[in-house]
Amino acid sequence: MAAVSGLVRRPLREVSGLLKRRFHWTAPAALQVTVRDAINQGMDEELERDEKVFLLGEEVAQYDGAYKVSRGLWKKYGDKRIIDTPISEMGFAGIAVGAAMAGLRPICEFMTFNFSMQAIDQVINSAAKTYYMSGGLQPVPIVFRGPNGASAGVAAQHSQCFAAWYGHCPGLKVVSPWNSEDAKGLIKSAIRDNNPVVVLENELMYGVPFEFPPEAQSKDFLIPIGKAKIERQGTHITVVSHSRPVGHCLEAAAVLSKEGVECEVINMRTIRPMDMETIEASVMKTNHLVTVEGGWPQFGVGAEICARIMEGPAFNFLDAPAVRVTGADVPMPYAKILEDNSIPQVKDIIFAIKKTLNI
Amino acid sequence: MRKMLAAVSRVLSGASQKPASRVLVASRNFANDATFEIKKCDLHRLEEGPPVTTVLTREDGLKYYRMMQTVRRMELKADQLYKQKIIRGFCHLCDGQEACCVGLEAGINPTDHLITAYRAHGFTFTRGLSVREILAELTELVCSAHVYVLPFPGRKGGCAKGKGGSMHMYAKNFYGGNGIVGAQVPLGAGIALACKYNGKDEVCLTLYGDGAANQGQIFEAYNMAALWKLPCIFICENNRYGMGTSVERAAASTDYYKRGDFIPGLRVDGMDILCVREATRFAAAYCRSGKGPILMELQTYRYHGHSMSDPGVSYRTREEIQEVRSKSDPIMLLKDRMVNSNLASVEELKEIDVEVRKEIEDAAQFATADPEPPLEELGYHIYSSDPPFEVRGANQWIKFKSVS
Repeated sequence: MAAVSGLVRRPLREVSGLLKRRFHWTAPAALQVTVRDAINQGMDEELERDEKVFLLGEEVAQYDGAYKVSRGLWKKYGDKRIIDTPISEMGFAGIAVGAAMAGLRPICEFMTFNFSMQAIDQVINSAAKTYYMSGGLQPVPIVFRGPNGASAGVAAQHSQCFAAWYGHCPGLKVVSPWNSEDAKGLIKSAIRDNNPVVVLENELMYGVPFEFPPEAQSKDFLIPIGKAKIERQGTHITVVSHSRPVGHCLEAAAVLSKEGVECEVINMRTIRPMDMETIEASVMKTNHLVTVEGGWPQFGVGAEICARIMEGPAFNFLDAPAVRVTGADVPMPYAKILEDNSIPQVKDIIFAIKKTLNI
Repeated sequence: MRKMLAAVSRVLSGASQKPASRVLVASRNFANDATFEIKKCDLHRLEEGPPVTTVLTREDGLKYYRMMQTVRRMELKADQLYKQKIIRGFCHLCDGQEACCVGLEAGINPTDHLITAYRAHGFTFTRGLSVREILAELTELVCSAHVYVLPFPGRKGGCAKGKGGSMHMYAKNFYGGNGIVGAQVPLGAGIALACKYNGKDEVCLTLYGDGAANQGQIFEAYNMAALWKLPCIFICENNRYGMGTSVERAAASTDYYKRGDFIPGLRVDGMDILCVREATRFAAAYCRSGKGPILMELQTYRYHGHSMSDPGVSYRTREEIQEVRSKSDPIMLLKDRMVNSNLASVEELKEIDVEVRKEIEDAAQFATADPEPPLEELGYHIYSSDPPFEVRGANQWIKFKSVS
């Protein structure tokens, strides 16, 4: 079978991942699906559903995807729908936008969002602004997806988080899935959306399995863009996050629960348009706010949340200033001890929560 | 000022009205068509090029003449309106380059696609928008009907509802109007990809200037278009100057038709509309046959500066501009050909001039009189197909409704 020949080609860490996955397939009861497979499923279903959908990017076809996210798709759909591009981000992003303008529904993969900087003009000026500039005549139904933010040991040029940069721009939608359910529901919504959507995935989450609820197994399972999810109910403090740090927040909440502090953990799911209502309602209940993100502190997602909290009804319910937990304000270093301390760790989140609660 | 302009144009238009019967009286024996010799194109990686003779029918000749004259007068009117501060911001005029937009359109079908940069008014017209809609958009005015969804309703305004301005006008199968130099070229290759994907035998004309020709993303587009055999006609509108920089000062190789390297190319006399038409027909046939992309360099000239803020004489001489006007003006070249081969009379063409002037005056009047877009629409068209939502204004208390 294809998986066997695949084993020969893949590096060692991939092999162990593959073996783990096969074990889970044979397990009974709850269905466990990795984030990678969830995205794969989502794209597969949308490719099948609408023949205008196609995927292009570096290594997406014959290599099965640099991170194997598009595994099996080229074999199933062929050259017309799954297109390997040369290393020409600005060129192929522009080609994808043009194809969207002409009525197709491209998924444009950036191998990582760091490389999207080469193409950022096409994302912002050609995609995001066009519907507005044309007075509603020219929609651009495109998805830009790929891994975003810190990985492990890949250093500064390969570790930047682009949530704040893309979240800054009117005309774009920006989503940031955390778990498998998020990944599948959001990629499907993004593909069906008639607007340019940036999907910020996370490389370290790709191999992580999560329980897949029954509704997520449906071919029409969609997660609405612009709606956050309360992952854990709580009463003492609101902790808002997106992407991989959501898991760290839940870990912190579990530790604090033993000390009698109940955190309400909100998974943003969407960066733009941001679901302020859910955040505000939660802060009005708990009176305390901590934001957690992997990106740099200045002009970041947490900064935006804090500013908006001040402008809205929730400000008067705060018993303490809102606090941000972010990546360190440095280009990502390589050495493990430095890298570990350049991203928010569980202990940093716990510390910030306790400081906010004055305990 | 606006009232005076309106009054003056009313007087002028009143003076030039002619009874309909005059058309019948003027029909003496014109030739139905005539054959003309056109300049041979320089070829790159092509065994054969476009033909060196072409047949022009009287009907087509009159049509091209009228279209070129309309573009010419529309651009001159835009110049006037800009100097009166009725048009703001950027305004890049294409007078002198009429043979390019009209000639290209003559060589393709309305179902083909076209994308260009910001010197786009001529193409906006040849791709189907009326002068009225164009001038209304330039003067920031409102249109409540989608241009290519509903028929033009008569007294409404600019095609992009005043949201885009000079550089961002769109029509059916016309993708603007793009402000970032060179960005439109990968877009055009993408449109060509969609043409191939849909299997409908359509091509995409992807235009850029001699300045843009040095952009890296264009070479990325060349590579992918050739690799995937996209039906894309890359067209370099070489008007010799990228803003204030002449081609000799910008490009190590000014043979723009060869810059596609592995892509075959032809260099075309962009001041001769028949040459442009034949080259376009040749290029479109090449693409439609599935051979992949092709490159055309149109050698042309702009009379105005780069934009309205550039007088256009600091980097070139008035003598040069005058020489092109007197020897190579595209409208004059077509007129001379038609008159000399009895396809039309001088009077007939003058009549067209007068009609065109009137049309432009009317359009300008309409454009200056039509209301500005309502402030409430500031937030409209952020997203497509979405329910309405709120858009933040200059402070947290100012909110605009956004409708798709």
